[in-house]
Amino acid sequence: MVDASIRTTHSIAIEQRFFIDDPQWPSQFNSTQISGVLSSDITYRSRDRKMRTEFTPYLRLDERDAGRSYFDIREASVSYRLKDWEILGGISQIFWGVNESRNPVDIINQFDTVEDIDEEEKLGQPLIRVSHRSHWGTIEAYYLPYFRERRFASQEGRLRFPFEINESARFERNGDNTAGDIALRYSKRFGDFDLGLHAFQGTSRNPFFLFEQGGTATPVYQALRQAGLDVQYTKGPWLLKAEIVSAEITSHFWSIVSGFEYTFFNIKQSNIDIGLIGEYLFDNRDQMVDPINIFDDDFFLGTRITLNDVQDTEFLAGIIVDDNTGGTQGSVEFQRRIGNRILLELEARFFDDSGDALLSAFETDDVLQARVTFYF
Amino acid sequence: MKNLFITTIVSSFLLFTAIVANADEALEKGFFIAERSDKTDRGFGSQRAFLTMTLTTRSGQSTTREMQIDTLEKFEEGSGDWSITQFFSPPDVEGTALLSQAKILESDNQWLFLPGLNRVKRISSSNKSGPFVGSEFAFEDLTANELGKYDYRYIETKMIDGMEMDILECTPRYERSGYSRLLCYFDTDIYQSRKIEFFDRGGQKLKTLTLENYNQYEDKYWRASFQRMVNHLTGKSTVLAFENYEFGVELSRLDFEPEALERL
Repeated sequence: MVDASIRTTHSIAIEQRFFIDDPQWPSQFNSTQISGVLSSDITYRSRDRKMRTEFTPYLRLDERDAGRSYFDIREASVSYRLKDWEILGGISQIFWGVNESRNPVDIINQFDTVEDIDEEEKLGQPLIRVSHRSHWGTIEAYYLPYFRERRFASQEGRLRFPFEINESARFERNGDNTAGDIALRYSKRFGDFDLGLHAFQGTSRNPFFLFEQGGTATPVYQALRQAGLDVQYTKGPWLLKAEIVSAEITSHFWSIVSGFEYTFFNIKQSNIDIGLIGEYLFDNRDQMVDPINIFDDDFFLGTRITLNDVQDTEFLAGIIVDDNTGGTQGSVEFQRRIGNRILLELEARFFDDSGDALLSAFETDDVLQARVTFYF
Repeated sequence: MKNLFITTIVSSFLLFTAIVANADEALEKGFFIAERSDKTDRGFGSQRAFLTMTLTTRSGQSTTREMQIDTLEKFEEGSGDWSITQFFSPPDVEGTALLSQAKILESDNQWLFLPGLNRVKRISSSNKSGPFVGSEFAFEDLTANELGKYDYRYIETKMIDGMEMDILECTPRYERSGYSRLLCYFDTDIYQSRKIEFFDRGGQKLKTLTLENYNQYEDKYWRASFQRMVNHLTGKSTVLAFENYEFGVELSRLDFEPEALERL
């Protein structure tokens, strides 16, 4: 009965941000910022379900910040499956990892940090992937021919670094963005354990900033080699998680995030679930020679409240505290569907630097955000 | 006097064994009826179903969710059927998928695919009594027909709406059930589940599930194309309307592993 199928969803969103405090850096706008986002998702599946293509263009137009006005192709991929083999080619989004606060093993895509600084949104990555599935697990081999540079807020924008970032970046490998990356991943489930192993050789998605005369900074994308592991143990209401990465850029370092999630289900027959999340973030890189990572010795505490109602209402709140400096950042998110075609998302994000040199750039960027998405 | 005493003891003993024997008999008969129904379903292999779930509140407001459920029949004792549920609407959850590797008495293995992040996440499945996507179906209700989940006690056979039905009392054998017992109605003609009444932990009647419009597929397997769950406490209801069942779908165990979720 099943024919080839095409599923198409378009969405348009209006996003309003309100920055509570006056800006800290020159030429930054004050107070409010409106963005519009236009996106589509078109999926085609062949009749025998062996071929699948997906196309997801994404356009954001921002009133105040030219750095936040851009077009991206999040996904434009074709995959074909033949028995236990699958080949995927095009632009795609790949997620690896188990944690909630950060995913050090999640290396394939460049983060879209102007969309949101929480490292959850990503730019589309051109790639070819060959994977093989068997009872021994899944093996995936990746070739990434083209490097995507990170986007930054413009000088007028909020949530930016205190320095101006040069348009033209430098690349340590080949001198340009076509040096290509390779990656291997193996994943397998053993009873209550979900395990992933990976190796990556290529260019770091996170740039090092080289300061020029005149105070501007040039992003330098350095060579990166890393290997890592992600594992989750699931038992009853407990999830225990760890991501461990051993990486080498200029120096060798470890990047580790590990923690738990515990959920109280259906509290007093109310249908409400409350999850508690705790994670520890560690990273011992030399920040003088390698890209900045502010989560060097930090604790994350969070909660997720799911109403399990018809509108799929959900709250998410979390803070990350630096164990050394006490620098804190936190967020509260709420989302609920209105009717069948409208999604309402509210978000508050705050920073309290307490003298943390790296967090102080965002010190006055506490922000309230409302987003309404209409699907058609 | 002495004889009377002995007679009393002996007759009490006989009465007691009779009750025990009756209880055993009721349990045996109950299991026989449940197993007879289960047997009509064995050997289906794999199936795919498209359905619309309509959630209605007490005041009559309703929303719909469209989904597809792929099912792989259990292949070993102690295991349940494996399934992948894909959501097509509402549009903000389009592409979300739930993989469930069901077990009979232990917690299932479950993974959720979140399309916004392209993330496959293993989730806890100890929320058996919690609602499935905001509906009146609890997670445990979705697998209510797996043989062995309950102790089945035969109660009676009677005519209901012109159909002869065997009525069983089903007591959950697994942990963390939201129910003290269920009353399960099987017809005596084609041995299918027609109605289930759910009683909460306090013994109060909580919900009623009715299954209607049975059609036979592949000359063997019966499937209801209409299921309605009514919550008597909240007045809310959930209707599952199945458009189509497809059997003999080319699906293997590897299609029910978490890695399969991101390329559905």
